[in-house]
Amino acid sequence: RKITFEKQWFYLDNAIGHVYGTTFEVTSGGNLQPKQEVEETTTETKEAGTDNRNIVDDGKSQKLTHDDIKALKDKGIKGQEIVQQLIENSTTFRDKTEFAQDKYIKKKKKKYEAVITIVKPSTRILSTMYYAREPGKINHLRYDTLAQMLTLGNVHAGSKMIVMETCAGLVLGAVMERMGGYGSIIQMYPGGGPVRAATSCFGFPKPFFDNLHEFPLSKVQSLLSGTFTTETLPEENAVVEEESNGLSEEKQSSLQEAEEEPATETPMEINPTEEQDTMDMNAEDVEFKENKEKENKENVREKQIKQWERRKKLKEAAALLREKNADGLIVASKFHPTPLLLSLLEFVAPSRPFVVYCQYKEPLLECYTKLRERGGVINLKLSETWLRNYQVLPDRSHPKLTMSGGGGYLLSGITVVLEKGKPDCSNSEALKMEEPSSKRCKLQDLPC
Amino acid sequence: MSFVEYGDTIKDGDTAIVFLGHESMFPVKVQHGTVTQTKYGVIRHSTDLIGKKYGSKVTCSKGGWVFILHPTPELWTLNLPHRTQILYSTDISIITMMLELKPGSIVCESGTGSGSLSHALIRTVAPTGHLYTVEFHQQRAEKAREEFREHGVEHLVTVTNQDVCKNGFGVSNIADAVFLDIPSPWEAIGHAKSALKAEGGRICSFSPCIEQVQRTCLVMEEYGFTEINTLEILLRVYNVRTISLQIPDLGKAAEDNSSTGFDSCSPSHQGSPCANLQQGTVQFKSGVPLREVVGHTGYLTFATKS
Repeated sequence: RKITFEKQWFYLDNAIGHVYGTTFEVTSGGNLQPKQEVEETTTETKEAGTDNRNIVDDGKSQKLTHDDIKALKDKGIKGQEIVQQLIENSTTFRDKTEFAQDKYIKKKKKKYEAVITIVKPSTRILSTMYYAREPGKINHLRYDTLAQMLTLGNVHAGSKMIVMETCAGLVLGAVMERMGGYGSIIQMYPGGGPVRAATSCFGFPKPFFDNLHEFPLSKVQSLLSGTFTTETLPEENAVVEEESNGLSEEKQSSLQEAEEEPATETPMEINPTEEQDTMDMNAEDVEFKENKEKENKENVREKQIKQWERRKKLKEAAALLREKNADGLIVASKFHPTPLLLSLLEFVAPSRPFVVYCQYKEPLLECYTKLRERGGVINLKLSETWLRNYQVLPDRSHPKLTMSGGGGYLLSGITVVLEKGKPDCSNSEALKMEEPSSKRCKLQDLPC
Repeated sequence: MSFVEYGDTIKDGDTAIVFLGHESMFPVKVQHGTVTQTKYGVIRHSTDLIGKKYGSKVTCSKGGWVFILHPTPELWTLNLPHRTQILYSTDISIITMMLELKPGSIVCESGTGSGSLSHALIRTVAPTGHLYTVEFHQQRAEKAREEFREHGVEHLVTVTNQDVCKNGFGVSNIADAVFLDIPSPWEAIGHAKSALKAEGGRICSFSPCIEQVQRTCLVMEEYGFTEINTLEILLRVYNVRTISLQIPDLGKAAEDNSSTGFDSCSPSHQGSPCANLQQGTVQFKSGVPLREVVGHTGYLTFATKS
């Protein structure tokens, strides 16, 4: 299979069998495996200037023309040699300081010596990658912010977590990695199905998906009010009636098969509308097709089994939620966090942490206020992290770039037993308790 | 209770966190017959704590009340008895992710210090992983062992009392990750390399000073570590407050006031600015940074052995 990466294309076949972390050089079409450590290009930097007082930018310091360089490239000459040529044909190179020479070489190397390192997927790699490449898909959730969420949420093996995310499944994957297949996760999803494009990049083993459940967000209200039944899902009603005769035995056996391999289905990104459409079509055409072809009949039955399977999983998820004893709640979505939190916190046990991510601070301010009004939470904290990368080289250490603002904000806290009946009392007391300065109390008492 | 497993009710021998309000809390060891004094009065363990649910409100003798919380590594970090300078959750979280820790990981750490990071590492690698932690100070090592026992995690950790720079971690070729928080990490890089698995792993070194980082980076390079990356993470906490700003009196007539853009809105509409014309003020919700924040903890240098 042909893969494109950074204006290069290659086949992955040659990479199989090597350990993770191996570096490859791209040749015309395939992969070549060079040595782990490319020997330092021994450009003798003996001759070097001390400052740039005599270096004039006349645009003529490089004696090779564009065409010359292109010719070198077309000849398939090694990148290393092209860099060497460029250095030799630079009139100012010798006058540059040692540090500037170093920088020049590095820049050219980057351009002409294309090397690719293949690494194992992890939250570290994937979250860094998503933030750099497709920040829009993960609501600009920076990787250090994701790290905070996992820690603040006390995500660990054996927990029962509720995750509501619209980050392409990246947050879900991060939680799954930290739980290592122990415990259970209920993913709340908007629309027709959960998005798990990033989750599948982790390459989790199948058993990790055994205790991964999903539940539609649109059914949360009915579940909370106790009117939830799986019968309310229209497409599935039809299926149940149809499969009632004769098929049940066969269905059982193939059901077991399906149970053994749930992972093959779950990590795929399900396109909600499409699936819905095909289902409706099938329901309508069932009679027509049944008469016509046996093959089609089996297709339909497979669909029915799949639906039955989904319904069963949905029931399981509903049952898990109904226990209202989840060990934590993680929210990172494009939706307004307040209604999500006010509803989903109902499913969380007391003395458990929760974390909400939002790209913007203002919705979290409102969420903070509403949670205070509701009660049942303590230690509310609104925070943000700043991340600074450093260049560390002898005599040239300094910060690289500041990343602030763009990483999003977190609201975290701990649930406690919610006392019903006298919310006013506990509320005012809680306020007093958490406001140390009398001045702040005064401000909040003001009518707004 | 255990630091690696949630429990519902408080039991004899548990470590619980007493939450007094606004960042004010302390840990207690729950014991039959014991009492704990708080500013809200006395808590009697036998009747007030044992058997109750974690997260319950407990009324003290003077009528005040507190919440009793399930211990987590994060709460422990805020409450533990300091024997050394400790790492806080902000640094811990990035360390955990960048070292790619998960259930089953084998980690080496030095020094153990007050055990702040140790508890977080144990939580993450449980139930199948293990932490090998090295502390050259005998008393601290002893105290850490005792805490791990009390917290029900001793099966997941081995504390060794030796000098990591001289004698290493006491294990070889088994670790997925190594963490160093010692004054001269460059002297331990060689030992770190031999503690890591043959197929590779991750390393992190925490140092407050850039000179320490430079020496460490040079030595890491010498030992063939790749992907060397130094970063710093800072936490900004915001207080949520309702702020009111006075509208200056520019001598305009009362009718003009309504058209200045600060239309008065219903009190139920939170979060957006609203004016109180009688008082001539505008109110809004704001996230205000704390007056004094942590400006620097340490540089974190990560690298890969492959």
